[in-house]
Amino acid sequence: MKLVLEQLTKIFPGREKKNPKDVRAVSEMSLTIEDGELVGLLGPSGCGKSTALNLICGLEAPTSGRVYFGEEDVTDLGPEHRGVGLVFQNYALYPHMTVRQNIRFPLENLKGAQKLTKEEVEERVQEAARIVQIEELLERKPAEMSGGQQQRVAIARALVKKPNVLLLDEPLSNLDARLRLQTREEIKRIQRKTGVTSIFVTHDQEEAMSISDRIVVMKAGVVQQCGRPQEVYDRPANLFVAQFLGTPRINTFEGRVKGGKLFIGEDELLKTSAPDGEYSVGIRPEGLLVDDAGSFHCGVTAVEVMGRDTSVVFTHAGSGEEQLRAIVPGGSVASDKKEQAFSVKPDKIFLFDKESGERVELS
Amino acid sequence: MKKKHPLLGWLYLLPALLFLAVFLLYPLIDVLVYSFEEGYNFASQSYRGTGLYNYAYVLRDPYFIRALKNTFIIVIITVPLSTGLALLISLGLSKIKFLRELYQTVFFLPYVTNTLAVGLVFMILFKKTEYTDGMVNLLIHAFGGSSVDFIDGPYWAKMFVMCFYTVWVVMPFKILILTSALAGVPEVYYKAARVDGTGSFRIFTRITLPLISPMIFYLVITGFIGAFKAYSDEVALFGTDLNAAGMNTIVGYVYDMLYGDSGGYPSYASAAALLLFAIVFTITMINLMVSKNKVSLH
Ligand SMILES: Nc1ncnc2c1ncn2[C@@H]1O[C@H](COP(=O)(O)OP(=O)(O)OP(=O)(O)O)[C@@H](O)[C@H]1O
Ligand SMILES: [Mg+2]
Repeated sequence: MKLVLEQLTKIFPGREKKNPKDVRAVSEMSLTIEDGELVGLLGPSGCGKSTALNLICGLEAPTSGRVYFGEEDVTDLGPEHRGVGLVFQNYALYPHMTVRQNIRFPLENLKGAQKLTKEEVEERVQEAARIVQIEELLERKPAEMSGGQQQRVAIARALVKKPNVLLLDEPLSNLDARLRLQTREEIKRIQRKTGVTSIFVTHDQEEAMSISDRIVVMKAGVVQQCGRPQEVYDRPANLFVAQFLGTPRINTFEGRVKGGKLFIGEDELLKTSAPDGEYSVGIRPEGLLVDDAGSFHCGVTAVEVMGRDTSVVFTHAGSGEEQLRAIVPGGSVASDKKEQAFSVKPDKIFLFDKESGERVELS
Repeated sequence: MKKKHPLLGWLYLLPALLFLAVFLLYPLIDVLVYSFEEGYNFASQSYRGTGLYNYAYVLRDPYFIRALKNTFIIVIITVPLSTGLALLISLGLSKIKFLRELYQTVFFLPYVTNTLAVGLVFMILFKKTEYTDGMVNLLIHAFGGSSVDFIDGPYWAKMFVMCFYTVWVVMPFKILILTSALAGVPEVYYKAARVDGTGSFRIFTRITLPLISPMIFYLVITGFIGAFKAYSDEVALFGTDLNAAGMNTIVGYVYDMLYGDSGGYPSYASAAALLLFAIVFTITMINLMVSKNKVSLH
C-alpha cells in the first residue's frame, strides 16, 4: 500500500516548570512511499525517528499534517484501525505468552467480518512462523530465546495480520555485529517475499544503505534528504548528510574558490565553476589517490593496514581535524612515510555553503 | 585456604537457632502437647490423661462455632472485596495524572493510622448513643430509611460494619502494592497491544492482569492469612467482650480460653489454635497450588 505523509509535524509541549521548552520532534515531514518499497529512516539519536513511526502507526496524534494509506486519510484513526505491523526496538513480546500465543494475539483481536476461524488462525500463525523460520520455537516463552530469535518472533507477530504497512523501529540494535548482518539480510528477504510496504528505522547508516530501496535522512525532526542510497551518498544535499553517510567519515576542510579554482590552504585542487568565496569542502576518504605529483600535500600521522586496503591518517593545514583519513590500496603508502601528496577524484569532493551547509555544484 | 571444621557453620547458626527454639519451636510443641492433655488443671499443673477430648469439646462449643463462622464470613467477604477494590482504585490511580500523588497519600493514610483510632472514627460513623444515631444513620434517615444500630444491633449490621472496617484497614497496603505492580508493567506492551487492535478490556485481562498476577496472588495469600487471624479489629469496634456481642473470632476464642473472664483452659485454647493452624495451612496450600497453575512467574 502506498503511504503518503503530508507536512507532518509533532510538537511535544513543554511542561511548565521542569522543562519549559516545546520539543519539535518531527517538523513538516513530507514523504511518499510507493507500494512494496522498503524505506530506511536514518538519523542521529533523538532526531524524531521513533516519533515519526508513532505518527504513522497512530500511537501519537500529529500536531498538524496528514497521513494517507493509499487514498484513505487515516490521520484521525486509532492504531487499531490502521492495520500496521510495528516491531519495537526491544521487541515487546508479551513475556507471559508462548511464541505461538504471541503471534496469534493480533488475530484474536479481529472482530466482525474479519474474524477468523480457529483453523484459519492456526494456518496464519504457521505461515508467519515459516516466513521468519521459527516453526520449531512456537512453544517457547520469549525469555527462553536469543535476541535474534525474539526479533524474528516480533516480525512474525507484526506480519501475521497482513499489515498494510510494516514499521520496524531499530530492530537490530540489541544484536551483536554478526547477528545484525545476518538479520538485516533476513529482513530484506522477508520484505521482498511479502511485498509489504516497510519503513526501517536505524541510526546505523551502513545498515540503512545496505537494505533500503530508498533512505530518508533526518536531523532534529527535519528531513534532510530522501533518495536511493547511492544517490544520497554521491550527491548529498548538505554537509550534515555528507558527514552522516559513509565510514570512515568524510573529511572536511576550510576552502575557497578564487578565479575558478578551488584552494584548500595553499594547495590548488581543481578547476570549478562555483562562484568565488569561502566554502566548507568535503572529500570522501576513497576520493584521495596516492600521487607523488599530486597537488594536495598532507602530513601523515599513521598508516593503518586493514587487509585489502590501507587507511592513511593525515593532517592538513586547511582543516582543524586531527584525524583526516584516506582509504588507499594496500601497500601504496609506506608505513614510515611522514608526508604524502594526493590527487583528488572530482566526483568525491563536495562544496558546501558556509552559512546554510547546502551543497554547491562543483561544476 | 584452611579447611573449615564441618561444625563451624552450625556454630554460626547457633544464636539464631537458640532464639527460634526458645520463642518458636518450644511454644509450638508446648501448644501441641497441651492440646492433647485432657482435664488439665492450672493449679496443680496436672492432667487426667491424653486424647482428642479437647478437640471434640472445642468443635462442639457453640462459642467456637460462632467464632469459626464469623471468621469465615470475614475472610470470604473481605479478602476478595478488598483485593478487587484495591485493584480498581490502583487502576484508577494509574490512569490519572492530575493530583495522583495526593490521592496516593490519602489512600495510604489508614495504613499509618492506629487501629484503635480508626475504630473510634467508625464508632462516630456507626454508633448509636443517647445523643446521636451516628453519621451513617443520619444518611439513612436522609434517604427515608429507619435507623439501624450497627454496634449493638442485629447480627448482619454488626457483620457489615466489621467487614467494612476490615476492608478499610487492609486496603491501603494492597493499593500500595498494586499501584507499584501496575507501574512496573512496561508501557511498550500497551503500545504493542494497541497497534495490534486490542480493546481496553482485553488489554486488561490478557496483558495487565497476567503481568501483575504474582502480586495479586501474594496479596490474596497474605490476605487470607491475615483475615483468619482477625481479632484486634473486632476489639476496636465491639470491645473486649466479643462473645457477648456475638462477634468473636477464632483468635478471640483462643484468647478468651486463656485469659478471658471464664478462661484458664490452655488445653482448649491450644486445640482451637491448632484447628486454626490447620485451616490456614490448608487454604494457603490450595492457594499456592492454584497460583502455580495460573500465575506466570517470569
Ligand atoms: N512523549 C514525549 N514527550 C516529550 N518529548 C518527547 C516525547 N517523545 C519524544 N520526545 C522528544 O522528541 C525528540 C525525538 O524523539 P524520538 O524518540 O523520536 O527520537 P529517535 O530519533 O527515535 O531517537 P533514538 O534513535 O534515540 O531512538 C527527542 O528530543 C525526544 O526527547
Ligand atoms: Mg527511537
